[in-house]
Formats: sequence, structure tokens, C-alpha cells
Amino acid sequence: MGLIETELTESDPVWSAMDEELERDERVFLMVEEVAQYDGALQVSRGLWKKYGDKRISTLPFLRAGLRPICEFMTFNFSMQAIDQVINSAAKTYYMSAGLQPVPIVFRGPNGASAGVAAQHSQCFAAWYAHCPGLKVVSPWNSEDAKGLLKSAIREDNPVVFLENELMYGVPFEMSEESQSKDFTIPIGKAKVERPGDHVTVVSHSRLVGHCLDAAAVLAKEGIECEVINLRTIRPMDVESIEASVMKTNHLVTVEGGWPQFGVGAEICARIMEGPAFNYLDAPVTRVTGVDIPMPYAKILEDHSVPQIKDIIFSIKKTLNV
Amino acid sequence: CGTMLTNISNVLRACAQRNGAAAVISARTYADFTAQATFEVKKCDTHKLDEAPATEVVMTREEGLQYYRTMQTMRRMELKADQLYKQKIIRGFCHLYDGQEACAVGIEASINLSDHLITAYRAHGYTYTRGGTVKEIMAELTGRRGGIAKGKGGSMHMYCKNFYGGNGIVGAQVPLGAGVALACKHQGRNELCVCLYGDGAANQGQIFETYNMAALWKLPVIFVCENNRYGMGTSVERAAASTDYYKRGEFIPGLRVDGMDVLCVREATRFAAEHCRSGKGPILMELQTYRYHGHSMSDPGVSYRTREEIQEVRSKSDPISMLKDRMLSNNMASVEELKEIDVEVRKEIEDAAQFATTDPEPPLEELCNHIFYNNPPLDVRGTHPWSKLKSVS
Repeated sequence: MGLIETELTESDPVWSAMDEELERDERVFLMVEEVAQYDGALQVSRGLWKKYGDKRISTLPFLRAGLRPICEFMTFNFSMQAIDQVINSAAKTYYMSAGLQPVPIVFRGPNGASAGVAAQHSQCFAAWYAHCPGLKVVSPWNSEDAKGLLKSAIREDNPVVFLENELMYGVPFEMSEESQSKDFTIPIGKAKVERPGDHVTVVSHSRLVGHCLDAAAVLAKEGIECEVINLRTIRPMDVESIEASVMKTNHLVTVEGGWPQFGVGAEICARIMEGPAFNYLDAPVTRVTGVDIPMPYAKILEDHSVPQIKDIIFSIKKTLNV
Repeated sequence: CGTMLTNISNVLRACAQRNGAAAVISARTYADFTAQATFEVKKCDTHKLDEAPATEVVMTREEGLQYYRTMQTMRRMELKADQLYKQKIIRGFCHLYDGQEACAVGIEASINLSDHLITAYRAHGYTYTRGGTVKEIMAELTGRRGGIAKGKGGSMHMYCKNFYGGNGIVGAQVPLGAGVALACKHQGRNELCVCLYGDGAANQGQIFETYNMAALWKLPVIFVCENNRYGMGTSVERAAASTDYYKRGEFIPGLRVDGMDVLCVREATRFAAEHCRSGKGPILMELQTYRYHGHSMSDPGVSYRTREEIQEVRSKSDPISMLKDRMLSNNMASVEELKEIDVEVRKEIEDAAQFATTDPEPPLEELCNHIFYNNPPLDVRGTHPWSKLKSVS
């Protein structure tokens, strides 16, 4: 059976994931700013209110017992205003109640840098949320990731922070026929090898996975074969997949959009050091990250604040000592 | 702001230039114009106040011309920003203020530059009234080194002396404003802080926490709710259990003000400032106003309100037209004089736009500066471990 290839952008699979899950389980409901008349600030929730009405789609601010809310943040920068609830009410409640009160909630929305939105609207929150036990943190890259992981997140009985990316909403991807089925889910906690290779392991999440694949294509012409791993889930991190790869390639480069200190790459370095793959490293792990500054507005400064493909290529070559 | 004589001489000079050969002809002298007049403004609704701002106010010709020029400058500046945004020369967020000019101008007319002001992201107008130049504001929007924040802040992060931005996160500026007022009280210089937010932010919890502290500690803060009827695309009726924003401070006295009338705003601010400076503590003003543009440049602004509504406000309540009509019908200015101001304003905006589009972008050496104040230079990690950048204070 051939693949039916249809190009969809990330926001369409996000929409269809929510639509399918709203239909499947009447306990699911969506809370979002500016839904209905403004049609969801970035139009991701477009049309859902028209289809499901006020009872399932609203701007109600509270968590009702027995229901499975999907809570949309216009961007995760605004989640800081509610972060106490995400951590102290959502993440810790099942533990504090010794198993009495589960919290099946999804927090979703765009995360990380956009284009020209300056310091207060460009932060990546992967590291902040992934630091907390009790939360699962998911970061899709392409359309299939977005759909499959969001459906899993909605079906998950625990709080999930679902980090989308605004710049990816408009990027079309081919989607396999399988991924268009209503039962298509991608397991949380499992990374994916997007491109196999023997010389260096390149681990990334979200938008920068695309950059890594572009860098790998350039390096392939020089005979350097990169194994590009798409984390898909930040917490729980699929360290085993990274270790298996590093034990094959002996070199590791991590790539993220967020700041370097205490970040995703830092965690990967620590975990590799603590595990069997450490002895297979021929060079220290290299982290490619955002620059350690608040995001500036001017285009030339903004472009130099985030990893470029050339930074990834440079870092891989330095790691391989070529 | 121009003095009367400067205005006259500008008009005369312009006349002389236009009429080439002819010398100064029958230019009207200042003696022909009314020096000042009394105007009726709408009575403000009050909350927990025994008195209210005056409904009969005096405006001089000088003041009128200044308000006109300032509002027109703000209007044209915002429209130019709209244009530049559509040409993709301005990027990211751009929240325009056209329609609301009377608020910024009326407030500034009754406070001093030594007072303090903080607002949210619809901030270009306030950056101007607080002392920023059109050139610096536009160059900030285009992200150039001549911008008021050197290109690093953008539309929502403009600052100048005693003006604390320009804040992107809804409502977050309100506790900050009370903090500024606390500093004012502590330093005993009889200064106050004007702390603005919108109808959308008015439902935020942190605002109520701020009301509580400001009242408890009798802080010299004027809370100003700029109610332009829509929080993004949500009308006030759909957002708030009570749309009497001037009463939401509960134990804080409040005024509801016609925010489209610069004189009403000025008078209410005068009243509010006196309240603060006399040590009575905070006061709340709700300015009923309207924005012609959508929430931001990515919002056409017509999916949640009708074009008819926008048009009606424009034709019946435009702040600049209202002022112009008042001045003309009271013989405080001539049509030609106001047209001259329009021409000058247009030129100022064009020159500023020219600068804003030709000034170079900030140098890369600036990338990491201004992380810490009063700090020895530090190394900043770039995108990879071999990229070591420098940061100075």
C-alpha cells in the first residue's frame, strides 16, 4: 500500500489532533485565549468553537473534576503568569495526594523564538518545565510529531507541557496515510532517528531538527554522515536512544534554541557522562545553543542570537576535529 | 511646544514662501484670534469621591495649538508605522495607538516630565509625550542603531527618562507602576506615577493585588484604565463581570472620563494628580477611548467589531477633529494655520521615516551588552563553545 502524501502544516495536525480527541472523549475540553470570535490568536483553534460549542471550547479558567482539559497559552512566555499552577497544582498534586488525585491536563502553545518579537516573547521554556518531576514535556518537530504526540498527550493521564513552535505552524510536511488515521499516536518518551549516520550523533528538538537535517545534507557532501535524532520528548528523555547512537558514532553534538545554562543540552551531557556511552566518546560533547542573552529586536542581532545552520556545521566539524 | 510668536512667524514664513514675489500680505495677527476660551466637557462619573473634575475648562490658544500638533504628530507617526509594517520594514509586533491620542496628550498636560509613567505595549504615543522624538521611535521600530533602545527593544520596549516602557506581558506593568510610586513617596519629591493598563488587563489578579498595596500604603499612583472596548478580540461584555472599570478599585476612588476629549482627560488628570500629591493615596481613572486599528498589525480588527462602528467613532468622536472644531468655532486658530501644522507634521514624519529606513542596524559588537549594570565586562557564550562574546555594562 502506497503512502498517501498530503502536505499539512504543523497547526493543521494540531487542530485535527484536538478535533479527533474532542470527538473521541467527551471529557476533553479546550481552554484558550481569544477563541471563538478572534479564532484563536494564531488560528490553531480555528473553527473548533463553531463545531463543539461553548460547553467544550471556552475561556473558562478553572479545572473541573473528572474532565480532561487542554489549556492553550498564546505563547509559553505568558505561561509564566500561571506557572505556579502548572508546577504546584498540576505537576505535584498526584504525588502530594499519594495517588488519589490525578491531573490529566495538557498545556499547549508556541514556545521559543519567533521573528522580531523581542525579549519578552521569545524565550524557550523546555528546560524550565523539564526540570520538574510530575510533568511530561513534549516538543514536536514536524506535522506527524505534532499530531501523534498531541493525541498521546491528550490521552495521557498526567500533566503534559506541549511545546509547539510558531515558525513551524506554516511549514508544510508530507504526512503518511497512517498518520492521518484517527488512532494514530506517537508514544511519549521515545526519540526518533530522523537520519541514520555513522560519524556523529546530532540530537535536537523542535524547529532545529530541520536545521540539523540541513546541516547533515551539507556535510554528507564532504563525506561526513550525521545521525540526526529528534528527541520528540524532553521529559522523560529517551537517553537510551542517544546512548545507542553515541556508542556507534563516538561523537555527540546537541542542538537547541534555548539558552545554554542548565538547558536541554546540559542535561544530555550529564546523562551521557553517567551512563555506558561515556566510554565511547572520542571527544567532549558539544552543545549548540541560543546565545546567552535576552532576545534583541533588530534583525541582524536576532539572527545572531539563535543557532544557524553554519553554527551546527562548524560545531560538528570541530567535534570531529576536521 | 511652540510659542504663539513662533507659530505666527511660521505661518508668516510659509505664506511668504508660497507667495513668492509678494511680501507678507494680509496675515492675520494674533490680535485677531481669541486668546482663550471656556469649553464644556462631559461630567465624569465618580466612585467614592465627594467632588469631581470641573466640567467647564479653559484652554488657551497656545495650549490648543500644542495639543493639536502633538496629537497630529502621534496620529501620523502611527499611520506611517502601519505603512512601514506592511512593507515589512517593521517586523514582529506593532500595536498602534491611533484614536487614543487624547489620552496620552491629556494626561501629559496635567503632569510634569519629572513625574513618572508606565504603560503596556500600545506605547508609541506615550514614548513621544514622555520626551522621545519621532525619529528615535521610528528607528526603534525599524530596528536601527538610532532607535530609542538602540534597536534592541522594538515596538514594545521603548524607554526614556521617567518612562518605564513599553511592557509586553499583559498587566505586568501595574505592580511595577506601584513600585515606582513607592519610590516617589520614599524619596519625598512630590512626584507621582501614572500607571496604565487596558480593559483586558483590568481582570488580572496582579492588578487587584496592586490596588490593595497602593491603598494600604497610600502610594501616589494614578491608575489609568484605557478602556478601548476590546481586549484583543474580546469585547468588554464578554470579558468582564463588571465593565465599570473605574469602580473596580473598590476602596480606591475612581473617575470615568471621556477619553476622546483631550480637555476632559486633562481636567480629570489635574484632579487626580492633586488627589495624589495631597497625600490621599491612589486614584483610578477609566478613560473611555477607541482604537481604529486592530489589536496589532496582524489583526484586521473587523472580525469582532463592525466597520460601521469604527466609522461612527471616527466621524463623531475623533479627538483631533473635536479639538480642531473647537478651535475653529471659537476663532482660536485659522484653517490655514492648522493646515500648516499638518504640513510640518507630515514633513517631520517623512524625515523620521527616512532616517528610520536608512540608519544602519546596530553593530554586532552590541549584541551582548547591557546584561548587567555597573558590572565588570563579562564573557558571554555564543551559539557554541568556541564562540566567546563580550558583554559590557
